[in-house]
Parts: sequence; structure tokens; C-alpha cells
Amino acid sequence: MKHLIDPTDLTLAEIDDILSLAEDIIKNKEAYAHVADGKKIATLFYEPSTRTRLSFEAAMLELGGSVLGFSTADSSSTAKGESVADTARTVAKYADVIAMRHPKEGAPLVAAMNVDIPVINAGDGGHLHPTQTLTDLLTIREETGRLSDLTIGFCGDLKFGRTVHSLIKQLSRYENIRFILISPTELRIPDYIKDEVLEASGADYIEVERMEEVMPELDILYMTRVQRERFFNEADYIRLKDSYILDPEKLLNAKESLKILHPLPRVNEISVKVDADPRALYFKQAEYGKIVRKALIMKLLGLSL
Amino acid sequence: MLKVDSIEKGIVLDHIKAGKSMQVYEYLHLDDLDCTVAIMRRAKSTKYGTKDIIKIADRIDVDLDVLGYLDPDITVNIIEDGRTVEKKKLELPEKIVNVARCKNPRCITSTEQEIDHIFRLVDRKNRVYRCIYCDQKAGK
Ligand SMILES: [Zn+2]
Repeated sequence: MKHLIDPTDLTLAEIDDILSLAEDIIKNKEAYAHVADGKKIATLFYEPSTRTRLSFEAAMLELGGSVLGFSTADSSSTAKGESVADTARTVAKYADVIAMRHPKEGAPLVAAMNVDIPVINAGDGGHLHPTQTLTDLLTIREETGRLSDLTIGFCGDLKFGRTVHSLIKQLSRYENIRFILISPTELRIPDYIKDEVLEASGADYIEVERMEEVMPELDILYMTRVQRERFFNEADYIRLKDSYILDPEKLLNAKESLKILHPLPRVNEISVKVDADPRALYFKQAEYGKIVRKALIMKLLGLSL
Repeated sequence: MLKVDSIEKGIVLDHIKAGKSMQVYEYLHLDDLDCTVAIMRRAKSTKYGTKDIIKIADRIDVDLDVLGYLDPDITVNIIEDGRTVEKKKLELPEKIVNVARCKNPRCITSTEQEIDHIFRLVDRKNRVYRCIYCDQKAGK
């Protein structure tokens, strides 16, 4: 593993390696406080994503390293017309690892093809966001103790949600995962995910419109936002919007052991009344995101205790 | 049937799907050649019903990857002294560089002109190629 561009580039063994290291970092946080002393991460963010950028920077700082970079395209040399390849080549002379966010699909791959230091895709348009996927996997593994034998409900916008597509792709590589896809008809999972991922892996999946009917079966509920502009008409949006908002009533018949995940930021799809529920893990998930980035940075830089 | 002279020395691209010869002509940039190029469209074929044929009266280096990508069933015959001296077998190339162009407006190749357009074979059975940057399917 030289770079992390597409999560499907990773073997299950490599993922397991990263997650196991992350687990050790959770247990022995102090031991890792200087493992990256003298190393630098460049966060090249061509579009703002404060959450993801801060997560990478906090990860590097907690490992003893330091950070540099930019957080919008207009403050960068792109504003002067420099290519991604040239920017990456230059930055590679200053930093030891690059985390790149870019509105265009494939930009981090272009960077990776032009430098000798590791490049991490921190989100390329609506395409891939591998560290979110690793975050989700770590959260599930730490909170349930496994990445197999799970019934996972994905709820909301399953058509455009890249985090959902990516996580489904990854989870379909594990044993005995049952997918329950909860969405309005308009926002169903695309056919190519069904054909190339779910059918191809022989995964068990069903599609439903309402979460109440499947709630008792779920081990994991992965919520995403349903955006008004994704609907064909306002009437449908108004008719359906409350079906995709998680509130305490909908959780009445859920398992005690349910884990509620959300990639954040949340708007209104999870009622704040759910936040106090011990099954609500979305803020903890953000912490797992930082930890899995620590593990990833260490692996890519070849660092160990 | 319309007769086109056989060539002494050169290349015959045979068993091109009927009607696809102009596409082959364009992808191989045959318009850049100075030698004679004959295109026969919808010639009778015992095996395929009708087919297209392209005859090139010079031993040029044909890009076999481009042809394999377009259609691996095309046959490439090398002609010397009026006879076929070699038949080249085509294969689907694993990767094609600057042959097809990515048409996804969200792809980095749409804003950065100097990036090579690279597609990788992802499904051999259905001959599907996808852009390495954005996963867009190649359209022929
Ligand atoms: Zn592309």
C-alpha cells in the first residue's frame, strides 16, 4: 500500500492491519504520541471540508508530527492556474504525506501518479472518500466486535450517497452481511451497485420504503441525509420527508444493541432527541475517524512503535 | 462484387464489423498516411454476412491495442509480395492510453488538458473499460 486512493485497492488483510493498529492506538494513546516526530502532512484542500481536514490534522498532531497546507482553492496556486500534478510535485518537497480533497474526480490519483510520497484521497468530488469508509469500518468493528454476521440498514439517499456506496462495496467483501436498503423509490440504490456489488458478491439484500418495519432486525442503522433538491416534486418531498427522520418513536422496537451511525454533518435527519440515546454513535464515529487516520498515516509512512 | 486491387506490400484489416471501418480509420489516424488506403464497406463474407475491410498499401506500425480495444475479432494480415506472411492475433488490452476520451464533466481530465486519458479493462466478458480517474465507462 503506497497510497490510499480507492478503498477497494486495499486487501482485506491490509484493512485488518489498519483497523488493528487503530485499536491499539485507542488502547495505548500515549505510546503513539511521538511516533511521527519530525514528519509533516500536507492537507491540500481545493474545496472546504473543515471536518475532514481537521480530522487529518488532529491525527498527525497526535502522532507528534506537524501540518501544513491550504483549505480552499482560491488561496492556492490553482488560482494561478497550476496543475494538480505540479502542485503535488512541489509539495512533495516540503511534506512526507499528502491528504488531498478536490472537487474533480480523480485529482488525488493524478497527484499520486506524480509524486514519490504517499497520497491519501480525502474526497474527490462525488466519487470516493476512502477514509470515511475506513472510519465506518472501524466504528462497526469496535462497537460490535466484528465485521461479519451483521444486518445493516442504510437509510435515506441511497442513490447519490457515495459514503453509502463505498461502505456497501467494502462490507460486501465480508461474510454474512445482510443489507436492508431503506429509501424512497426516487432515491433507491443505483442498479450498478446492485449488479456489480450486491449480486456479484451474492450478498443478501432487500429494499424497503420505511424504516419502522425493519427496525427490530437491525444491528447497525446507517443514516444519511435526504435532500429536498433530490426530489422530483415538492409534494413527494413533503409526503416522505418525515419517514427518513430518525426520532425516539421509530427506535421503540429497535434492538438494545443497535448502533446508529451517520457520516456527519447532520442536518435534521436524526432528531437531537436521539443524541442522548446510548445507541447513537455518530459523534463517537468522528473520533474513530481521527484514530483510523492516525493508523493510516503510520502505515503509509512505514512508522511503528 | 466491387473489386479492389490486392496490395503487394502492406496491411489488410479484415473482419471489421460491417459499418465500423470509418471508426477504425479514425482511431488509427489513417488519414495521416501518405500511402494508398482502401476502405471496403459491407463486403460479402461467408462467416459474418457482411463485413468491412481496410487495405493499407504500406507496412505501417498498426497500434494493436487500439484495434483490440475497438474489436478484438478484427484480423490483421501482413502482406509481403502480394501474399499474407503473418496474421496477428488481437487481444483486449488491459489499459488504453489516449485512445478513448473521458466524457465525464466532473473528471479531472475535463479541466486539466495535459493529463493522459487512461482507461482500464474492468470486465473482460462484457468488454467494459473504465476511466482510471473517475470510473466512467468508455463509450466507443
Ligand atoms: Zn474520467
